[in-house]
Amino acid sequence: MAIKVMIPTPLRVYAGKRDSAEFSAATVGEALGHLTKEFADLRKHLFTEEGKLRSFVNVYVNDEDIRYLAKENTPTKDGDVVSIVPSIAGGC
Amino acid sequence: MSAVQKLWIGQDLAERIGQHGAETYPYECCGALLGRDASEEAREVRELFPLVNRREDSPRNRFAVTAEDVLDAEKAGRVAGLDVVGWYHSHPDHPARPSEFDREHAWPWYSYIIVSVQSGEPKEMTSWRLNDDRAAYSVEEIEVGRHAQA
Repeated sequence: MAIKVMIPTPLRVYAGKRDSAEFSAATVGEALGHLTKEFADLRKHLFTEEGKLRSFVNVYVNDEDIRYLAKENTPTKDGDVVSIVPSIAGGC
Repeated sequence: MSAVQKLWIGQDLAERIGQHGAETYPYECCGALLGRDASEEAREVRELFPLVNRREDSPRNRFAVTAEDVLDAEKAGRVAGLDVVGWYHSHPDHPARPSEFDREHAWPWYSYIIVSVQSGEPKEMTSWRLNDDRAAYSVEEIEVGRHAQA
C-alpha cells in the first residue's frame, strides 16, 4: 500500500531536507522501518536502543494517534498519511 | 557542525522569556521559538509562542509541550511566515544548563533556550542544541540584539 510519511522539521536534516517520503507498507511499523532504513540517521531519534518508539515521538495515521489504534501494528492503506509529531519535554 | 552555532534574538524577546519564567515561578515556563535559519551558523528568533506547561503533576522541575501544542506553534509560525526553530523553558532556582532529563527528551536541530529564574528573578539565559549522537549538547551562543538583513 502506497503511503506517505511526513517527516517533522527537526529530523529533515537527516532525510536530505525532505519533508515527506513515500513507501509501500501494510502497517505503520513497516512504514517507519522503511523510513529508518532509507534514512538511517533518523533511527536513534525515533527509537530507543531497545527498538521502542521514544515516548516523545507521536505517530498518527491520518489524524488518529496510533496509541489508540494498534500502535505500530496499525494497518495502512493506499493514500494514508503517517505523520510523526514531536512532543517536547524537559526540566531541571 | 564545525563552528559554534549562534542564536540571534532581540532584547525584547529575550526579556519576555525571562518575564514568562518570572510569572510562572516557582513553576517552569515553556514556549516555542519562531524564526528562521539566517545562515549556516546563525539562527534568528523573530517571535515567541508562549505555551502552558502541561506537567501539572510536577511543574516545579518538569515541563511538557503536547503534540497538539507543537502543531499550534507550527500553525502560528506558518501564519507569520516563520518556522518553529526551538523551545524555551525555565529552570526555577537551578542553573541554565540542560539536565539529563532535558537531554533524554530532546530533539536534534531545535534550539533549546533555558533561563534560570532565581527566587523569582530571571538570571542567566543559555541556548543548546542536541548533538547528532544524542550523547551531549553543543552550546549555541546567544547574541542579543543581532538581526539578519531584512
